[in-house]
Amino acid sequence: MKNKEAFLKYLFLACALVSILTTGGIIYVLLFETIAFFKEVSIIEFLTDKEWTPLFVNKHFGIAPLVCGTVLTSVIALAVALPMGLLVAVYLSEYAPAQIRRVLKPVFEILAGIPTVVYGYFALLFVTPLLQKFIPSLQGFNALGPGIVLGVMILPLVSSLSEDALYSVPTSLKAAGYALGATKLQVCFSVVVPTAFPGIIAAFILAMSRAIGETMLLAIAAGQMPNLTLNPLEAVETMTAYIVQISLGDTPHGTIEYRTIFAVGTVLFLMTLVLNTISYRIRERFIRI
Amino acid sequence: MMTLLEAPIIEKKESWMVTKPRRKAKLRLMEILFAIGVSISLFIGLGTLLALIIDVCIDGLPRLNWQFLTSFPSRRPAEAGILAALGGSIGLILITIIVSVPIGVGAAIYLEEYSRKNKLTDLIEINIANLAGTPSIIYGLLGLGLFVRFFGLERSLISGALTLSLLVLPIIIIAARESIRRVPQTIREASFALGATKWQTIRDHVLPMAFPGTLTGIILAVSRAIGETAPLITMGALTYVAFLPDSLKSPFTALPIQIFNWVSRPQKGFHENAAAGIVVLLLVTFLLNAFALFLRDRLQKKSGIKSM
Repeated sequence: MKNKEAFLKYLFLACALVSILTTGGIIYVLLFETIAFFKEVSIIEFLTDKEWTPLFVNKHFGIAPLVCGTVLTSVIALAVALPMGLLVAVYLSEYAPAQIRRVLKPVFEILAGIPTVVYGYFALLFVTPLLQKFIPSLQGFNALGPGIVLGVMILPLVSSLSEDALYSVPTSLKAAGYALGATKLQVCFSVVVPTAFPGIIAAFILAMSRAIGETMLLAIAAGQMPNLTLNPLEAVETMTAYIVQISLGDTPHGTIEYRTIFAVGTVLFLMTLVLNTISYRIRERFIRI
Repeated sequence: MMTLLEAPIIEKKESWMVTKPRRKAKLRLMEILFAIGVSISLFIGLGTLLALIIDVCIDGLPRLNWQFLTSFPSRRPAEAGILAALGGSIGLILITIIVSVPIGVGAAIYLEEYSRKNKLTDLIEINIANLAGTPSIIYGLLGLGLFVRFFGLERSLISGALTLSLLVLPIIIIAARESIRRVPQTIREASFALGATKWQTIRDHVLPMAFPGTLTGIILAVSRAIGETAPLITMGALTYVAFLPDSLKSPFTALPIQIFNWVSRPQKGFHENAAAGIVVLLLVTFLLNAFALFLRDRLQKKSGIKSM
């Protein structure tokens, strides 16, 4: 009996350690191939070259165009999602009647649950043609259309996490605001939002990390042409889309092309890791009551 | 705390107390702007969902028929179907559930019932939070390096399912932990008082009470796994498969990969196929999500009554 109890404890501990092993596995796999990559390509070239053409005869390995594509689409997405997400969160937590909340919350969850390949279809075949009616110079593949759709896609994440932060503001603070004769809107934006600000920032950072890591939507609708540009009307390739592009081809194991996806993956992993950690720390410090 | 309260009061005193007509007008304007902003945001959010569903249905519904569900892919769009993709997706999901649910629930039991607050627990906690935020494509690289290459499992159904299992593990752990935490401490104490061991208490009291919440998390994890494309493509799932997977080591494709393959072709016929595939995928995802929401709603009502 005692033995069984002790055995089960260690069995459950082993389950919990699977998550540590997963992270260990990710770091091992990424580092192993990335180190092999940097034996062939100098890190200086990787960081400073302005071209990314590993599949051409004249190979260049500058990650800048891919990072640029990722940053451009993410910035567009955040420009859509952050203000809208915050407004919706304030509305839902302070204004919306219970019935409207009961309808809106599940609808937003549906929005968040739609597979990203579906958003890709929608961005490529609906949003981009629609935008082309207003902006004739918009290319078939571009950063703008999928960027906006990505923004709508992460909107539920921003609004629900911000809402949690707004909820954690003590009623006494709001009451103090009202007691001073402030209107509802004044209480919202000069008491509730500033008090919840760390939590809102944590939500924004997490949304940024999500946008950077999004793959299928951008692989389908943003294009597969590494392009060092900040013009949202042109086709760009994100880091994630590049990994998909190479994975679709039959790239033999051990070649430099095969290793590039791990090098790009390492950069992507580091970016999201830093953002996730900052967000986690902020939430841990400010939201735990 | 006091300084926090005082600062805005002193600063805002004049602007709030003195109600000049101009200030009143400005306040009114701000309120109108806020209302407009919220309306636009909700309109864009809900409008996108509506436009997406209508667009996909217009393109895809005419194509959706029995032949489409029971045919293998083909070079001719009108003869192609999603049989191989459906078979692959079902196989993937079944194995993913079998692998990830016991590990996820086990990890949750450890973290809630056994672990003490120490460095290891802290590490596991932050690690799970991090994994939940790691892009899915990174899991694809992990699957490629670990399962396909290191363990030599090839680009097979089992490699894909293991990759997805690791991907959904944080979702299951987080959901299971929350529902275990919601089981009142008194239940455990009562069980211990009757002489039950720790494991008996967990098995007979904690887990049954935590079951609905955990199930909700599992369903959400499944609905996430069904829609995942990037990790499977990265670990090397095929995009053109004309047979059903017949073993764990069989090559495979999945529904979202098939959709992606059709979207990326230029012919309009394949776009219609993609839309029809999306209708099927969305239907499955919506049903799963609706079921999960229904469960959670019932759960909240139940616990609400109990607390009264």
